[in-house]
Amino acid sequence: MIQTPTPNVRVVTFKIDDRDFSAREDETIIQVAWENGIRVPSLCYLEGLSVWGACRLCVVEIVGSPRLVSSCSTRVAEGMEIRTDSERLQAYRRMILELLFSERNHVCSVCVSNGHCELQNLAQQCGMDHVRVPYRNKVYQVDSSHDLFRVDHNRCVLCSRCIRVCDEIEGAHTWDSKGRGIDTQVITDLNRPWGESDSCTGCGKCVQVCPTGALVQQGTSVGEMHKDRKFLPYLSRMRDAQ
Amino acid sequence: MSESKKITVATTWLDGCSGCHMSLLDIDERLIELAQQVDIVYSPLVDGKHLPETVDVGIIEGSVSNEEDLAKAREFRRHCKYLISLGDCAVTGNVPAMRNLFPLDSVYDRAYQENVQHNPLRPNDGVPALLDVVKPVHAVVPVDLHVPGCPPSADTIWFVLSQLLEGRVPNPNEVTRFGA
Amino acid sequence: MHIDELNELAEQIRTQHQSCQHCVRVCMAASCQSSGADDVLKRLEDAAPEGDQVQVKSVGCMGLCSAGPLVEVRSRGDDQPIMYQHVESQDAEEIMGSLGDSVVQRLECPTSIPFFQRQQKIVLENSGIIDPEDIEDYIAADGYSALVEALTESSPAEVLNEVNLSGLRGRGGGGYPTGLKWSTVAKMPATQKYVICNADEGDPGAFMDRAVLESDPHRILEGMALAAYAVGANRGYIYVRAEYPLAIDRLKKSIRQATRKGLLGANVCDTPFSFDIEVRLGAGAFVCGEETALMQSVEGERGQPRPRPPYPAELGLWGFPTLINNVETYANIAPIVRNGGEWFASIGTERSKGTKVFALAGRIHNTGLIEVPMGVPLREIVEEIGGGVPDGRRFKAVQTGGPSGGCLPAEQMDLPVDYDSLREVGSIMGSGGMIVMDETSSMVDVARYFMEFCMTESCGKCVPCRVGTYQMHELLTKIAAGKGTSADLALLEELCEVVQMTSLCGLGQTAPNPVVSTLQYFRHEYEEKLIRDEFVDMEQQTEEMEAVS
Ligand SMILES: Cc1cc2nc3c(=O)[nH]c(=O)nc-3n(C[C@H](O)[C@H](O)[C@H](O)COP(=O)(O)O)c2cc1C
Ligand code: SF4
Ligand code: SF4
Repeated sequence: MIQTPTPNVRVVTFKIDDRDFSAREDETIIQVAWENGIRVPSLCYLEGLSVWGACRLCVVEIVGSPRLVSSCSTRVAEGMEIRTDSERLQAYRRMILELLFSERNHVCSVCVSNGHCELQNLAQQCGMDHVRVPYRNKVYQVDSSHDLFRVDHNRCVLCSRCIRVCDEIEGAHTWDSKGRGIDTQVITDLNRPWGESDSCTGCGKCVQVCPTGALVQQGTSVGEMHKDRKFLPYLSRMRDAQ
Repeated sequence: MSESKKITVATTWLDGCSGCHMSLLDIDERLIELAQQVDIVYSPLVDGKHLPETVDVGIIEGSVSNEEDLAKAREFRRHCKYLISLGDCAVTGNVPAMRNLFPLDSVYDRAYQENVQHNPLRPNDGVPALLDVVKPVHAVVPVDLHVPGCPPSADTIWFVLSQLLEGRVPNPNEVTRFGA
Repeated sequence: MHIDELNELAEQIRTQHQSCQHCVRVCMAASCQSSGADDVLKRLEDAAPEGDQVQVKSVGCMGLCSAGPLVEVRSRGDDQPIMYQHVESQDAEEIMGSLGDSVVQRLECPTSIPFFQRQQKIVLENSGIIDPEDIEDYIAADGYSALVEALTESSPAEVLNEVNLSGLRGRGGGGYPTGLKWSTVAKMPATQKYVICNADEGDPGAFMDRAVLESDPHRILEGMALAAYAVGANRGYIYVRAEYPLAIDRLKKSIRQATRKGLLGANVCDTPFSFDIEVRLGAGAFVCGEETALMQSVEGERGQPRPRPPYPAELGLWGFPTLINNVETYANIAPIVRNGGEWFASIGTERSKGTKVFALAGRIHNTGLIEVPMGVPLREIVEEIGGGVPDGRRFKAVQTGGPSGGCLPAEQMDLPVDYDSLREVGSIMGSGGMIVMDETSSMVDVARYFMEFCMTESCGKCVPCRVGTYQMHELLTKIAAGKGTSADLALLEELCEVVQMTSLCGLGQTAPNPVVSTLQYFRHEYEEKLIRDEFVDMEQQTEEMEAVS
């Protein structure tokens, strides 16, 4: 609802990191920042999906306000002075990333998304080079029951992009979440294996929006790169028979 | 530059695959440049098997998985003025730490019973006891610099070392990341 | 109904009541019920003489829960009632026999003690006096007169004005000015607006709202109706946690009674104002007390907060402007409208007006519910009203504000209790829980207890709260077990700041408060538990860089 453009919106002027900007008053801080090459980090925000405001990486300072706001959910306003990259914010973001890496088992070196992962990139971008809190080392399942796709809960950051894209764009609402707090997990249908889902249309939108290696296409992992050569002796036998 | 002014470096590998050390060797001809400025006083790669009282820079590859790793990490911290965690195993626990998802007993069973045809037996001496939880180096001793990567590329390692030699604190994030 | 008719009805009921010589009131609030008040009531009813000389009545909370079951006898002509404590069913005959003649001394609970004398009751004025299941009892106590008078004689703006003048601030924890919130909703141009009563009371140890709901439910309905009139809403929801079956039952009954009397429903008092109230049940998630999560839950979605702004006043239930207030906030409305905002503003402190209900618990003599004017010093609450710490132990700290609050040490005992003063010293008023701790409590354990609560109640939506509370709990457990190092403590403090500053909703933003305040006042208790670690304690190596270069 936040993003719905309303007619007769005013244009407002404001500052981001001491640079002057103007934008429609119904635009959010992150929209303006990204349009202008200011890389406010985020994991849950994705242009085209509803605003979720949960990863908290995009929090910014508003001069004169003691509170931080998430830039994905906050609209720009006349005279606003926004700071996106203070030392304090950088430290907070690093800690949030440390928490994320500690939560599940993100072993980048053996991940299918190694090199294509938003979480991995954000760690680098934000200068998070080691995790000071203890790793949780909790066992998470991998569900490979779907013909086309796979979910590896070890890599999930609970950004809810899959839930939102499936609900808001595909209209299937296959994805949802169960549990709360640290036990929250994404589920398909009513917590049934993905392969048995009645509602999944197999469109793969969730895989496309997933920032990490949690949702992937089948056949993309190293272990799956097996060669099927059974056809060879068969073919040569058939040829010999000719 | 006289010999005695050279910066002393010690390296070790804990629970890892030695790939980071291989990557270090991969800096190729730059090794010569390095050798002019530093003295590798202790390392699996050199003959010296005694860690001197004080070493300028210590480099640790691998995670802390058993009693010996722990002792070695502590020894390095005591003797090295500046300690570097080199590679994902040292920085995050990485692959060795994937055994943390299983109870220690089942790890032992897997290694010494299930997969052994001849006289399966869990060793009780000669092999250092495994720790309950595999940890990154900084979880047991303070570390001054973290260089992620699996392994960090030769260029990354060269970047880090040459910056240090120039007296700067390198920012490894400029050139490497987890899993790189 | 016109106000004259209502007054006439009230007068009638009062005369009826006066015909009886002795009124025996039995507290039937949940606490007394659980210690056997049901049986006491039944035996008293059986033992009562025929005729209308003696009336046995079940009423709501009398406050001194630790002494329950409580029975109060009010005889005509006596201005002081007699209160009996720890009453058992076999005492019924003796009490009945003593009526009008003597006092059962062995059971007497002195009402001259500060616990009763120092209180000032607005919210709880009917609590323990009227029968909560009887609308006529409420009407006899001037109930609904504010609503009827407002509907027939004042404009919504006038009602709003009284609330503004009163200086009332939200009792749900945040202390947001109620009049300001109402004005915002009133100003919204929408055709559809909602009013919600937040009765999800989930703080451990808090039962103020439950007492009001169980003891005087009509007061909430009247407050909500006045609010709806003032802001232009025609539908209301009461969101009650399912763990309060008695409150739910009484609310539903009261809604039926009020609708039958034409005080709720279509065209209340033959005016154009219509107002329906529905009760919705919460499934016991603490976070569903957070207003945006609560609205999600009412809409039938997973109860998770969303970022604010937009605030409910702008974008609430199903996208419509919504006024959401706490039970105790609504409980203050009828008296404010009845007696005027200025009357209310004359009670309390400069910036915190009126009274506040507190639930006294922990190492204190008199546990139970109390209502005191804002600005009363903590010491008076703990030592006089609460009767101090029992068993000759020494007072150590008082925890206010539940899992979002803090622990205050003896040095802060002269602090006048109001929203701002508590915040200044690192705690909050919160919803009114007050837990007293003596010298035997470990403050690290206290902090850990509250962190465990927040960890299990985190909804899991945002990262700092979901993982941060988990990690803080781990660190606190480690420190409490005597295995933490100074590095662990430093990390804990850093986490506190990050979770406070970056969490999405109030739960995460306030979850570190118990740690922060115990660290502020009882840091030594943490430090005593730390172990020395050769490596952690050695000097950081940063300067060594020069040596290298
Ligand atoms: C985690 C959390 C739990 C809350 N629980 C309650 C509650 O049980 N009852 C309540 O009235 N307000 C609760 N609140 C506060 C509400 O969000 C809201 O501020 C309040 O209902 C507004 O009413 P007031 O202005 O009358 O205080 C809670 C807030 C948070 C962040
Ligand atoms: S599976 Fe992927 S898209 Fe879905 S919540 Fe997890 S990380 Fe986000
Ligand atoms: S702060 Fe906690 S309860 Fe609130 S949205 Fe975040 S995870 Fe949920």
